[in-house]
Amino acid sequence: MRGALRSNGPLAILPLTLTLSPKGEREHTEGCIESTMSDKAKQKPRGKINAYFTHHLWVLVSSLGVLWRTPLATLMTAAVIGIALALPAGLHVLLQNVQQLSTGWEGTAQMSLFLKSGVPETRIKALADKLRNWEGVAEVRYISREQALAEFRAQSGFGGALDSLDENPLPAVLVIRPTAEAAEPAQMELLLGKVQKLEPVDLAQLDMEWVRRLAGIIELGKRGVLLLGGLLGLAILLVVGNTIRLTILGRRQEIIVTKLIGATNAFIRRPFLYTGFWYGLMGAVLAWLLVASLLGLLSDPVSRLSFLYNSDFSLGGLGLETVLILLGSGIGLGLLGSWLAVGRHLQEIEPT
Amino acid sequence: MIKFDNVNKRYPGGHEALSGVSFHLQAGEMAFLTGHSGAGKSSLLKLIACIERASRGNVIIDGQNLTRLKNRHIPALRRKIGVVFQNHNLLYDRTVYDNVALPLIIAGYHQSEVGRRVRAALDKVGLLGKERLMPITLSGGEQQRVGIARAVVNRPPLLLADEPTGNLDPELSREIMGLFEQFNQVGVSVLIATHDHDLISRLDHRLLTLDHGRLARDGRTTEMLHAQTG
Ligand SMILES: Nc1ncnc2c1ncn2[C@@H]1O[C@H](COP(=O)(O)OP(=O)(O)OP(=O)(O)O)[C@@H](O)[C@H]1O
Ligand SMILES: [Mg+2]
Repeated sequence: MRGALRSNGPLAILPLTLTLSPKGEREHTEGCIESTMSDKAKQKPRGKINAYFTHHLWVLVSSLGVLWRTPLATLMTAAVIGIALALPAGLHVLLQNVQQLSTGWEGTAQMSLFLKSGVPETRIKALADKLRNWEGVAEVRYISREQALAEFRAQSGFGGALDSLDENPLPAVLVIRPTAEAAEPAQMELLLGKVQKLEPVDLAQLDMEWVRRLAGIIELGKRGVLLLGGLLGLAILLVVGNTIRLTILGRRQEIIVTKLIGATNAFIRRPFLYTGFWYGLMGAVLAWLLVASLLGLLSDPVSRLSFLYNSDFSLGGLGLETVLILLGSGIGLGLLGSWLAVGRHLQEIEPT
Repeated sequence: MIKFDNVNKRYPGGHEALSGVSFHLQAGEMAFLTGHSGAGKSSLLKLIACIERASRGNVIIDGQNLTRLKNRHIPALRRKIGVVFQNHNLLYDRTVYDNVALPLIIAGYHQSEVGRRVRAALDKVGLLGKERLMPITLSGGEQQRVGIARAVVNRPPLLLADEPTGNLDPELSREIMGLFEQFNQVGVSVLIATHDHDLISRLDHRLLTLDHGRLARDGRTTEMLHAQTG
């Protein structure tokens, strides 16, 4: 081998590198401290910016390649992340569906205005006309005292008891059905406040207590999903952090050597960050597949059930927004987890 | 290029590896550093590359006082210094090519330029045919030469070598020393720690001799022969 060692004159050394005057055109590297070594021209290596992105791309691909070499371990980590993401995402989608279903039911919401006795019929009709012009009011139905009595008689079976009274005890009623947009608990509440102040109105009542309760339950469910998501997000951070920590320990020697050669912390951190990125992305995609197939399994029975209920409701899938949030939080958690692990363990590894 | 000003290095255990060391190596100068095992040669080189910090005194490299150098500026310092390590410090799961390319990748060179420079450096140390091999399949001397190629590939203005001929036979050792002299002739400052007296006594360069952490002698290699024989 030694025959291969060339020693032909000083100017032949490293023909493409050292033959040039070492003072003449030594390159400056980014982040390099200004040195006095320098009558050096501050010439950038060719295509340095380009090389920077090429390097990023290379690290991105090679970190995926490293994960690919241990498919089972990678899959297990990704699966843990995937399940942890799928749980809140799936619940979120189900809640969205319930909410959508209940907005359908809000259309049946109505408001009853019980009028004071002794208000003349003409005034009631005028009031009904006035209300019809209000915003958020779709329909106003007038039930006169007599109609109310007849209805009561027919439905309650207490007709005999009523006969013993001298006077019709039932008030006249105006039933308001809100427009679709206004059939939402907060707006109904607003409308209720307004009609309550009308002079002839004795009592105004919302016939949608149960819708409000359902809305309350959904709100509670959303909070729960958020809380669950937060907890599972923390779990994902720990899983990614621990996986990256093990990777860092396994590559201790490599880190030391690259530090000795002058690698910045950013350079050393990069492959680990990209590894975290891949874990997060894979986990998110897995979660997506999980939730989508779960919805796929449920969608047929739900359609059949809603057909039986004469409803055209069908299970809504993962919207674009949910998918984006899923991917975003997966990648974000993966990056954050590895960032924390790298920040914590890279300092400890110093050459001696 | 290298200036030591009354430098002490005390390791956490309390052992004083260097005490009161002062010398000045001019830019473009070449010197050998010698001394018995444990004299502090590696410690001195580590202070220059900021792998260890001086306990007392000042180490000034290329005008920068390392005593006050912030940690985040260490990488930039190290890129200006090519180091051949006593224990090679190669990456054993990477090819020879990748090992030598590492300093260039770190400095952000373009792929095509990396390829040219790596091959040129490997050619110089006679390993051009082995760029695709893993370092573990190479002999100790060949690994040493991979380390040398990696140290010079980025054209550093300062080259440090810690026992660069430790695993080489006399003939190859001479060729490697010749290589270092060639780098020096194109302006690179070179400091080589070695206790291969036979080898350096045939060359004419500055010689720093450490003895139990103290700079016992600062002269020429040619004088060493007289000192030994006389
Ligand atoms: N990290 C360390 N912690 C404590 N003591 C150390 C450390 N490194 C070196 N020493 C001590 O410092 C002294 C000088 O060590 P150094 O490695 O500089 O010697 P050397 O001249 O390079 O020896 P050799 O020729 O055997 O390589 C030794 O006594 C060694 O035990
Ligand atoms: Mg040593």
